[in-house]
Amino acid sequence: MIEVEGLTKQFGPFAAVAGIDLRVGRGEVLGFLGPNGAGKSTTMKMITGYLSATCGRVRICGHDIETQTIAAQRQIGYLPEGAPAYGDMTPRSFLNFIAEIRGFVGAAARTHIERAIANTELDPVLEQPIETLSKGFKRRVGLAQAILHDPPVLIMDEPTDGLDPNQKHAVRRLIRDMAPQKAIIVSTHLLEEVEAICTRAVIIDRGRIVADGTPSELLTRSRHHNAVSLLLPTDQAELARARLKSMNDVISVEQTTRPDGLSMLTAFPRQGALLIEDVSALVMAEHWDVRELYAEPGRLEDVFRAVTTHDAARARAQASGAGA
Amino acid sequence: MSGLWPIFKREFVAYFATPLAYVFIVIFLFAMGAFTFYIGNFYQNGVADLSVFFAYHPWLYLFLVPAIAMRLWAEERRSGTIELLLTLPVPVWASVVGKYLAAWAFTGIALLLTFPIWLTVNYLGNPDNGVILAGYVGSFLMAGGYLAIGAAISAATSNQVIAFVVSVVVCFLFTISGAPLVLNFVRAIAPMPIVTAISSFSFLTHFGAISTGVIDLRDVIFFVTLIALFLAINIVLIDLKKAS
Repeated sequence: MIEVEGLTKQFGPFAAVAGIDLRVGRGEVLGFLGPNGAGKSTTMKMITGYLSATCGRVRICGHDIETQTIAAQRQIGYLPEGAPAYGDMTPRSFLNFIAEIRGFVGAAARTHIERAIANTELDPVLEQPIETLSKGFKRRVGLAQAILHDPPVLIMDEPTDGLDPNQKHAVRRLIRDMAPQKAIIVSTHLLEEVEAICTRAVIIDRGRIVADGTPSELLTRSRHHNAVSLLLPTDQAELARARLKSMNDVISVEQTTRPDGLSMLTAFPRQGALLIEDVSALVMAEHWDVRELYAEPGRLEDVFRAVTTHDAARARAQASGAGA
Repeated sequence: MSGLWPIFKREFVAYFATPLAYVFIVIFLFAMGAFTFYIGNFYQNGVADLSVFFAYHPWLYLFLVPAIAMRLWAEERRSGTIELLLTLPVPVWASVVGKYLAAWAFTGIALLLTFPIWLTVNYLGNPDNGVILAGYVGSFLMAGGYLAIGAAISAATSNQVIAFVVSVVVCFLFTISGAPLVLNFVRAIAPMPIVTAISSFSFLTHFGAISTGVIDLRDVIFFVTLIALFLAINIVLIDLKKAS
């Protein structure tokens, strides 16, 4: 339902977005990740028709955003960065305005407004000016505005930014509930959010897509994928470390010594190797006093940092590593 | 169904949701009164008409109308609501015209609230109410002209102070372009047709003609086309910002 081809945005000599291709279908929740300034918001602004692309095209449910802007925008619910709303209005009058502009009148308008209010739990603040609301409520007003017309395409720029953990949970549940009927793009800085709600994650860096896959696919690219950690007394750690290192499938072992006399050893496997069975067999055979033993699914943070750390930063990291 | 009406309504109501409307109206009425009675010597003239009242309108509008216009787009840009507005299924022209008409209607209300002076002059004598009506029509058209200029300039910046100052300067040029001060200067450097063209842009000339009671179609067309021109510029400026 969302088709993006070769989308590019040039600000003077600087390419904020440099040739992005995306297809998002019904039932997909696409998590849009990337460092600050990577081009996430610019891409969303072009998809929703706020900015014109320098080249490339965007189609929303078959409507081109440049030539059939209004038809395309009817299909989109959009929560812009920072959830802007008219501060002098109350949430109720603001939602009335949005309903009217989206062409709802009478009973249909009331039903849509009430549903949006219920889904975002705005009841307690309906009659207060938006500018006096807390950040969390403001964000929810923006969400209510975006989902009011039950759009087939939903684009949200950091929908959970500024919310407390309970509110984050509620918003994620709302997104999951809506997901089967919609094509959704969500940008976020929170990697756990991607694992919680997204069926697919796209990482962009300096205007380009550098990773695209389901969260579990991306996790296989993490160096922690299938890594095995064990917690044991520090006096046994040296020996254990040496034995782990000598295993065939182990690339390296990291040790963290804790103040309570225990050490955490993490063994990283060769690409694609499964360690947990061999390691647990070893533990049994050696009779180590192991307190915890587990395999990791991987960490999105590893993948994120591996694909987005700029060359300059990477060079600096290597230089300081060599100097130490 | 274009969305113009909801935008007009929202914008118009917004004036009265903040102190802006009341402050503006009070200052407008107070200044109108002060100019008419103290500087224009309304009573001492001993003439039952409102010519002194209308004579000061261009100069009052020069400062008060840019104050209304400066927030039209600059405020949307600063608060980020422009992103919301332009991603709603509403054509850009409907947003531009809707917001403009709301501001114009608001200045119209401020103007209507000067009606006590009309009552006063009718109580004191027998003025030609047709001339007075023409004066009000001309004044309203002229306010629309200043407002269209200010709205277009507001669309070019997110800074309200810049929008205000630039609007006042541009409006000032339009106001006095028929005055000797400007024309003598232009005459020295440009051929006659340009001098005539520039003098024909003068708000003072066109408003002066209407407020004598003669609603000449040419004066009306001048203001209407000027408003249309600056609204078109406004639309183009909003579109340009999408591309940059």
